[in-house]
Amino acid sequence: MAKYLVLIYGDEQVWDTHSPQELAAKHAAHGAFAQAAGSAIVGGAQLQAAATATSLRSVENGRAVPTDGPFPETKEVLGGFYLLEAPDLDAAVALAGRLPEIREAGGGVEIRPVVEQ
Amino acid sequence: MDPVAEAIADAHRGEWAAVLAATVRVTRDLDLAEECAQDAYLRALVVWRRDGIPRRPGAWLTTVARNRATDLLRRETVLRRALPLLVLDDAGGAEPEPGGIGDDRLRLIFTCCHPALSRAAQVALTLRLLCGLSTAEVARAFLVPEPTMAARITRAKKKIAVARIPYRVPSAAELPERVGAVLEVVHLVYTTGHAAPVGERLVRTELTGGAIGLARMVHALLPGAAEVAGLLALLLLSEARRDTRVTPEGRLVLLAEQDRSRWDAALIAEGSALVVRALTNRPPTRYAVQAAITAVHAEAPDWASTDWPEICGLYDVLLALWPNPVVALNRAVALGMRDGPEAGLAALEPLLAEPALATYGYLSAARAELLHRVGRWEEALWSYQEALTLIGNAVERDFLERKLIEVRAARDDPNPPGRRAGS
Repeated sequence: MAKYLVLIYGDEQVWDTHSPQELAAKHAAHGAFAQAAGSAIVGGAQLQAAATATSLRSVENGRAVPTDGPFPETKEVLGGFYLLEAPDLDAAVALAGRLPEIREAGGGVEIRPVVEQ
Repeated sequence: MDPVAEAIADAHRGEWAAVLAATVRVTRDLDLAEECAQDAYLRALVVWRRDGIPRRPGAWLTTVARNRATDLLRRETVLRRALPLLVLDDAGGAEPEPGGIGDDRLRLIFTCCHPALSRAAQVALTLRLLCGLSTAEVARAFLVPEPTMAARITRAKKKIAVARIPYRVPSAAELPERVGAVLEVVHLVYTTGHAAPVGERLVRTELTGGAIGLARMVHALLPGAAEVAGLLALLLLSEARRDTRVTPEGRLVLLAEQDRSRWDAALIAEGSALVVRALTNRPPTRYAVQAAITAVHAEAPDWASTDWPEICGLYDVLLALWPNPVVALNRAVALGMRDGPEAGLAALEPLLAEPALATYGYLSAARAELLHRVGRWEEALWSYQEALTLIGNAVERDFLERKLIEVRAARDDPNPPGRRAGS
């Protein structure tokens, strides 16, 4: 078994303008994903808006300097993640392929294998 | 070449993929398997000279490579290897039967052509691991520096191991899509070899030969897949014309002017039989229709008596199946033959605004040919010149240069002989 971090990306403007019905449908889709994945889900969370992010990329006088905003300044932002356990990449793709963000304009997920300790 | 060297060269062409694929099962590591397979071929050089060529060279090489792998795995040095083991679908299970769906060569090709790898990586790995080309040869084929190609191959192998791309034949549900990816890679290898995009030579036989070998292998392992039969047919029928596409002086000869008596009749017969089989599938696949078009050309005694209505009909089917501006271009050329050059030009007209064809030299060349046929000299010259700026292959450029001279001569001829034959 291996662990994969599934990073969920999308356009926040799309996310912010979801109607209540769209939001409910999305929650239901994540619920269905969780049901299908079952114990393959090791962890996961939805993230607050990218505008609330703080990045640290330099040091002054031995102290990290906080800057406002997400690390990469892109239109598509990281909105959430899952940590999955799967036997191989095909299994991870089959699971993550159920996520609703893949069907959104500008949305998608990135699957990154985790270094085994 | 002495018989032993010849037998080894034969076994390299015919058995490399099988030897490697069976060794991967033992090592669960592509690099180590490659090393062991190479060792086996080196040992064959010594042992076959001493003891004679074995009755089944492939089986001999596989056994030696696998024994070497088992041997190395026992040693400590291999334990320091950096990459995790490949995921085998049936690790510890029974040995798969060679031939058919369980054959390890299928696992190897589906791993090399896995959709999580870039197309460039798929092609490089396929040539390296299945066709047995050296990294230097793969680099030369794609005109990239050897260190670049080596890095590309290393990166791809690392991704297979680290992301755990499985060494597995896809399930029946996934199979059609995954076979499609394999066929695209094989087709790309062939077309790259068939008309090299740049460089001095038009045909690179190490690529065309490798692609045909791959298509034969996949066809033998998946005999029921009509798409595979279609691609194999297409490659065989194209290959049948290989020797007539360029003159001994290295000049390009168009289909219209090729010496058909020198086409390879055996390949045409084999390809045509496969087309019939591939077309029984409904709906026909893209490669089957492309092969059928090539077969119609192969069966015509000369260019003028080609069954153009049949060709146009097949292009209509192909365009519906696989909408693609290049297919539309070829269809326009065929219409130009069936209904005359004006009809061809009319069919080309909408393609001039097609962004995908904006830098496609064959569009300019096809248009130039039609303009030439209707005697619109200045426009024909302009189009040939445009094609010259877009086409990088020396043989094709030479062809276009000669066309320019022909058109200029026709333009300046005070007593035009009338329309060219064939228009």
